[in-house]
Amino acid sequence: MSKTRVVITGLGATTPIGGDVASTWEALLAGKSGAKLLTADWVEELPVKIAAPAAVEPTEVIERVKARRLDRNAQFALVAAREAWADSGLADVELDKTRLGVAIATGIGGLLTTLNNYDLLQKGPRRVSPLAIPMLMPNSAAANVGLELGALAGVQTPVSACASSNEAISLAADQIRLGRADIVVAGGAEGSIAGLPLAAFGQMMALSKRNDDPERASRPWDVDRDGFLLGEGAGVLVLETYEHAVARGAKIYAEFAGAGITADGHDIVQPDPTGSGAERAMLQALREGDLATGDIVHINAHATSTPVGDVAEAIAIRKALGKAADQAVATAPKSMIGHLLGAAGAVESIATVLALHHRVVPPTINLDKVDDGVDLDIATEQRKLADGDIAALNNSFGFGGHNVALAFKSI
Amino acid sequence: MASTEEIRSDLAEIVNEIAGIPVEDVQLDKSFTDDLDVDSLSMVEVVVAAEEKFTVKIPDDEVKNLKTVGDAVAFIERAQNG
Repeated sequence: MSKTRVVITGLGATTPIGGDVASTWEALLAGKSGAKLLTADWVEELPVKIAAPAAVEPTEVIERVKARRLDRNAQFALVAAREAWADSGLADVELDKTRLGVAIATGIGGLLTTLNNYDLLQKGPRRVSPLAIPMLMPNSAAANVGLELGALAGVQTPVSACASSNEAISLAADQIRLGRADIVVAGGAEGSIAGLPLAAFGQMMALSKRNDDPERASRPWDVDRDGFLLGEGAGVLVLETYEHAVARGAKIYAEFAGAGITADGHDIVQPDPTGSGAERAMLQALREGDLATGDIVHINAHATSTPVGDVAEAIAIRKALGKAADQAVATAPKSMIGHLLGAAGAVESIATVLALHHRVVPPTINLDKVDDGVDLDIATEQRKLADGDIAALNNSFGFGGHNVALAFKSI
Repeated sequence: MASTEEIRSDLAEIVNEIAGIPVEDVQLDKSFTDDLDVDSLSMVEVVVAAEEKFTVKIPDDEVKNLKTVGDAVAFIERAQNG
């Protein structure tokens, strides 16, 4: 059975280094960090006082009444979805909305709403907001984007921790290839910079404690890495059948080639140190995309700056691509934007798609000395990609042992 | 005691804050749902905010009877005087 061709026709993002795709991409190419020392009162007692907050507050760009009915996570999703939709040009096209779907993931969902309403409950049940449930439910961001766009095909929310939004993009392509939709608006959002997650991730020893030098805290693959930097924001892509995109004369950034979804079956939080699950995910994505290892010229790595994970992924990439890994330029955007959890895969898929589109790979910053266990060609400054047909991988892995690799190719 | 107009005006501020309706549109003859487009969840928020603002209790059973701004203002006046 020949697969329906799926292409990317719209991009939207709001990240710690830019309020939209253009500013985020420019900052990625410039190697700019979004890390900051947090100054709120609740930070004082925390061992980890650094994070990568959104560059633009979502409440500055969403209408006031709309914003107060949305959790921060859904606010980010809406900002990114509006940009992606406008970018796609679909707003000006007459559409059968029963063929339009949404797949917006999250890792944690409406956490800030949950926390705020728990505080309100202490003052009495009457003080709890009647909007609490529709704001805190994990599918809230997807549902609100669906409502705004009038999407009447499936509106879905895959949840697999930090692999969530890669899973959403895979799901979107599946929906299109199964004939359930012609267009799916897909991505992920996360707005969880607060005391509880910073304390909880801190207790897991998952976060960098480099409070005295925030911009140097996220350092994937570097020997001195000591954990990830918590980020926030959203990324949204418009996936569309190639046929539909060409018929309307759409601008096409790249083609979605294939996805690989596997489980480590190893531990609830520790990655399998052999990288076997990640390796199988990458190989599956190549197979589904009819790609050879030699077609891959770029890898947007998950590389969060944790001691075990970064090496396990490097081993997995080496195993999956073999000798072809020598020709694949790897990069780790988390060195700049931090870890956006359930939005990470989507924002980094946008970076991957733009790398293919503009044929340039953004640098990994803070990589002073590469860990001995890492045998990859890592970009530490901008790197040009070859002309002709090229392809790239974007990896996302999540607590729970979830591995989702996506393959994209130039068009 | 607050006058009818003072209560209407304060209530209009609440409705504006919660639902974004211009304060000048929140007049006594207007229906919350049909004219002002205040949905059921926002209505609960309006009621809770009004209880706090006017120091009154508005029982859940009573809310369905508050169809217009005038109904709400009259209820608040009665509750304050009672």
